[in-house]
Amino acid sequence: MSNQQHISAEEFDVRDYMRLELFPHFLCPGCGHGMALRAMMWALYENNISMDKLAVVCGIGCSGRLGAYIDSNTFHTTHGRPLAFATGLALARPDLHVVVITGDGDCLAIGGNHLIHACRRNVNMTCLMLNNEVYGMTGGQVSPTTSKDRYTTTTPYGNREPVFDACKLAEAAGAGFVGREVTMQVPTLKDLIKQAFDYNGFSFVEIISDCTEVFGRKNQLGESAEMILSQKAGTRPDSYGNKVDEPFHPNALKTGVLAMTGRPEYRAHMQPFKKEG
Amino acid sequence: MLAKPTRKNVQGNAACALGAIAAGCKFYAGYPITPSSEIAEGMARELPKVDGFFVQMEDEIASMGAVIGASLGGVKSMTATSGPGFSLKQENLGYAAMTETPCVIANVMRGGPSTGMPTRPGQGDIMQARWGTHGDHPIIALTPASVGEIYSETIRAFNLSERLRVPVVILIDEAIGHLLETIDLTPPDPETLITRKWATGDKDAFLPFAETDDLVPPMAKPGDGYRTHTTGLTHDEKGFPTQVPEKGERAVMRLLDKLDHHAKLIQSFEVLQCDDADVVITAFGISARAAKRAVKNLRSNGIKVGLFRPITLWPFPHEAFQKATKNATSVVVAEMNAGQLVLEIERLVNQKQTVHRLNRIDGEVFTPQEIETVIQEIVS
Repeated sequence: MSNQQHISAEEFDVRDYMRLELFPHFLCPGCGHGMALRAMMWALYENNISMDKLAVVCGIGCSGRLGAYIDSNTFHTTHGRPLAFATGLALARPDLHVVVITGDGDCLAIGGNHLIHACRRNVNMTCLMLNNEVYGMTGGQVSPTTSKDRYTTTTPYGNREPVFDACKLAEAAGAGFVGREVTMQVPTLKDLIKQAFDYNGFSFVEIISDCTEVFGRKNQLGESAEMILSQKAGTRPDSYGNKVDEPFHPNALKTGVLAMTGRPEYRAHMQPFKKEG
Repeated sequence: MLAKPTRKNVQGNAACALGAIAAGCKFYAGYPITPSSEIAEGMARELPKVDGFFVQMEDEIASMGAVIGASLGGVKSMTATSGPGFSLKQENLGYAAMTETPCVIANVMRGGPSTGMPTRPGQGDIMQARWGTHGDHPIIALTPASVGEIYSETIRAFNLSERLRVPVVILIDEAIGHLLETIDLTPPDPETLITRKWATGDKDAFLPFAETDDLVPPMAKPGDGYRTHTTGLTHDEKGFPTQVPEKGERAVMRLLDKLDHHAKLIQSFEVLQCDDADVVITAFGISARAAKRAVKNLRSNGIKVGLFRPITLWPFPHEAFQKATKNATSVVVAEMNAGQLVLEIERLVNQKQTVHRLNRIDGEVFTPQEIETVIQEIVS
């Protein structure tokens, strides 16, 4: 993108793009969603995306409530369906920059079918999936990304179900751009989101966030700082390749850009209609 | 060059697609389901010709979501389905009602419940059309009784939806949906087509859900700089969630008052020979056509019978019904379900009137003779 502008973390004041009349916000102390939101707003600024031409489509849950704080065209839709709403909006209004904010339950459980078909269709939009491993807003129930053996209110003896790898799913379903990042390094996350915004097609970014209040506490994972540090330790930037195994776990989650294809955007398949005669 | 003929032999479902195009629909999202699929097929064929967009979504839920998404973007949008799909669309239909997002949903009714009789006609979704989604919400439902009326009522559905910012359901029974009739396809006068009011003026002072005089606030088009928030949560005039009791109550009451306020605009019905009628048949859709023939046959035998046919089913035109039946002693409700509209009618009759139920749930339509037999028994 040629019309990019750069701004340092210190200079970028996210409050300039927020609906401050709704503050104080509803996020719990230590929640990673705020850092994800800051990274997204920072990326929008650096990519020079006008708040008038931005459309933020959210689902239901903690992630779904973020949209209201953004001073833009914001849509808080139904549980699991933001990608369906966004598909209609993006097809009807290709002039808008469409961003979907969703969570692990919203996107992978109730909305799983919409995710795989959004990946397959490749309509131009960015999906930011905030993965905090739990249904936070409803009080901390198990989600498709809850780690094995973790305690939640609906897994009182520990989680026995395997974890969904959202990025592998998105890539397999044909998403043009797939990335993953933790919230600890906001500038790195911002740079990844910028690449996703730039991509012409369906871009999917999994943001590993932390829920300290109803997930961290129940599993004795410590405070926010300890949680995001352990998240960072459990990941492995994809740019490292296979060269180093330490200090990362060999099967740690890869971060960074995990897939980028040159698939044509949905509208490229559409031939202009030839009128008869 | 000869003028293009405007009278054509078309199928009911095809007439729905043509009516939508004539009304200015530019977006369709759907999912295949019998007996409505010809509407999707018609839209897939016609929309590209008018620079519109057709998309077949992964399921019924997604298609309703995409329709609302496109409408929030400012484009006239619709979908079509049948019973099982209509069930799946209910949550998002409620979202459209709560967020006042215009959209049109055609439900080509089969026999139910569940998968029911997919290729047979039914009229069993009428209470679902009214109360299918949770909570108190406004909804309009129209019931055309001919192919020509499917065309004109589809245009009216878009106009009502745009004018009032409310979802409009077109209830078509399979018999009408798959009927072939020669109809007039003259496009409507563009002056008569309604597009929702868009927000203009001061961007900072704009209240997207304000209590305007006509109870229908103008809509902010994304990209115009109003930067509004849309949510299915109970919201205040600014569009933000509220838990203040008075604000929450007013937000929902305005949605309901909106339809009362515009009742005259919404209501449509046909009254046939009711003035001196002792017996009035109430029926809609294909059932009304058998009833109409029954009225004709019975009148030729000197029996004073009339027909009240609601075209707008919800909100039910109760005053018109009571006026049409004021001299009647009996009301016969003929419907292809186990008794749904009759519940509404029983509420509306006076103590001197008796209500008779005539129902079919066997996937067959009424014959005029079976309606005549019932009425002959009543009058004898």
